Amino acid sequence: MPVWLIRPPPLLSRLLVFAVLLGVWEAASAAGMVSRFIAPPPSEIFPAIGLLYVDNELTARFLRTFGEVFAAAGIGSGLGMAIGWWLHHNRTAGAAYTDWIAASAAAPLVLLFPLFLVLFGRNAATIVAMGAVSVMPPVILKTKEGLDHVRSVLIDVGRTFSLTRWQQVRMILFPAALPTIFTGLRLGLVFALINVVGVEFLIGFGGMGLMIAELGDRFEIAGMYAAILFVVLCSATFFYLTEKLETWLLSAR
Amino acid sequence: MSPSPALRISRVSKHFETGKGRVTAVDDVSLDIMQGEFISIIGPSGCGKSTLMNMVGGLLTEYDGDILLDGKKVSGCQPEIGMVFQEESTFPWRTALENVAFPLEAAGLTRDKRIARARDLLDLVGLSGFENHYPAELSGGMRQRIAIARTLAFEPRILLMDEPFAALDEQTRLLLGDKVVQIQNKLRQTTLLITHNISEAVQLSDRVLIMTFRPGRIKRVIEIDLPRPRSSEMMGSEAFGRYVAEIWQDLREEASKGLHDAEAAARQG
Ligand SMILES: Nc1ncnc2c1ncn2[C@@H]1O[C@H](COP(=O)(O)OP(=O)(O)O)[C@@H](O)[C@H]1O
Ligand SMILES: [Mg+2]
Repeated sequence: MPVWLIRPPPLLSRLLVFAVLLGVWEAASAAGMVSRFIAPPPSEIFPAIGLLYVDNELTARFLRTFGEVFAAAGIGSGLGMAIGWWLHHNRTAGAAYTDWIAASAAAPLVLLFPLFLVLFGRNAATIVAMGAVSVMPPVILKTKEGLDHVRSVLIDVGRTFSLTRWQQVRMILFPAALPTIFTGLRLGLVFALINVVGVEFLIGFGGMGLMIAELGDRFEIAGMYAAILFVVLCSATFFYLTEKLETWLLSAR
Repeated sequence: MSPSPALRISRVSKHFETGKGRVTAVDDVSLDIMQGEFISIIGPSGCGKSTLMNMVGGLLTEYDGDILLDGKKVSGCQPEIGMVFQEESTFPWRTALENVAFPLEAAGLTRDKRIARARDLLDLVGLSGFENHYPAELSGGMRQRIAIARTLAFEPRILLMDEPFAALDEQTRLLLGDKVVQIQNKLRQTTLLITHNISEAVQLSDRVLIMTFRPGRIKRVIEIDLPRPRSSEMMGSEAFGRYVAEIWQDLREEASKGLHDAEAAARQG
């Protein structure tokens, strides 16, 4: 056996697992063990991505969803970092609220969508607001954690150089906390994607979430799976790219 | 007329309130430091050396007694006093050059000026060629030299160093000692060095202060009357050996008290 089969490189072994799963699925479907109606075989799903592109204006929907995701991530990250800073700065507030926010990070906030529907109506504002709310908990927590753990000797160095309060924040606290804050931002971005697509699906408005709902309603099951697969691939690519960006930004430190 | 001291430490004491009661970290310490003088403070760990330095540097502001810089009370950090810390203190997100340029950037110097100045200082501490390396890519000794250069960049009149070489191996420490001697010959910097290494203290200092173990008092002041410039090579000389032996005799008593305390605490705890 060639070496790459005995001990395959990580990327290859990941793809291998994926391929094996698809193979099993295809075989089960061919053998009639899985109804084509519940889960069509991969050989039908992959071509359906092409159809999505032609029949369902995939590009427009994709752009729309990602516009909402970036708006939600931007708003949620900005507010989240500000609140994280406040919880770090104000010990009483930090002690009082941090656990609540940790709990909300673990809660399915998407269930709050009826409230946002009432507040903003059935439009992009509801989707972006819901996404932004889900971005905030991880960003808040990681910002606070990062700032809390800045080594005190670095702060003392700043004091001996007579830094102003704002210089202390900009030149020491923030860059020292950045690696931890970045983890929160990446998590937040993924939460934004999940929640934006989820809310689009639930309220029947917007881009790819709505597309999945529509395909389901029309019983285009292969198309629906293709759309879901597309979203999953997008979010995986997304996560991978932010990881690369992070390594690049924080390299050598 | 006798010159007035650059720095006067006058009857300074510091107590900490802890869960186990009141700890006297520094007890009635007085010391005059002249401009250009190099003074080492040596003592067992836990005797209050860092506490004393933090008070002189303005990081600790609540204490009894007075610390005067040119006759004016020190009431917080000020540019005239620079500090080098025992702990690793370089900024990991800045290159060696950017680390050294840090205080100049904060002070608002133009980019060209601060880069030029930082280059000179990196050269002074023997790190030219490493300008664009990040601290993570350098050894502990090199990082500590960056920290020293960074503090020197601010051109403090008084340099405080808290066991800057404590975390380094003996060979690196000796070579850095030589480097500090070279820098001192060049800048004639008023320096207060905290150390627990006797030969380092003898090699570098005009005067060595021995502190007692808890509460931290000044036990003895020894003038080091060796010719300058000195280097680690003179450590073999007889005069050098005599100073080391003399200091060790005084220090030994204090160190064993410290050891005793630590053992007792370990048995209790
Ligand atoms: N912030 C603090 N709170 C309470 N006790 C302290 C504090 N800082 C130092 N001490 C105590 O003061 C004594 C002297 O500490 P330190 O100045 O760090 O000693 P050294 O630098 O000589 O090793 C020690 O017993 C230490 O436990
Ligand atoms: Mg100390």
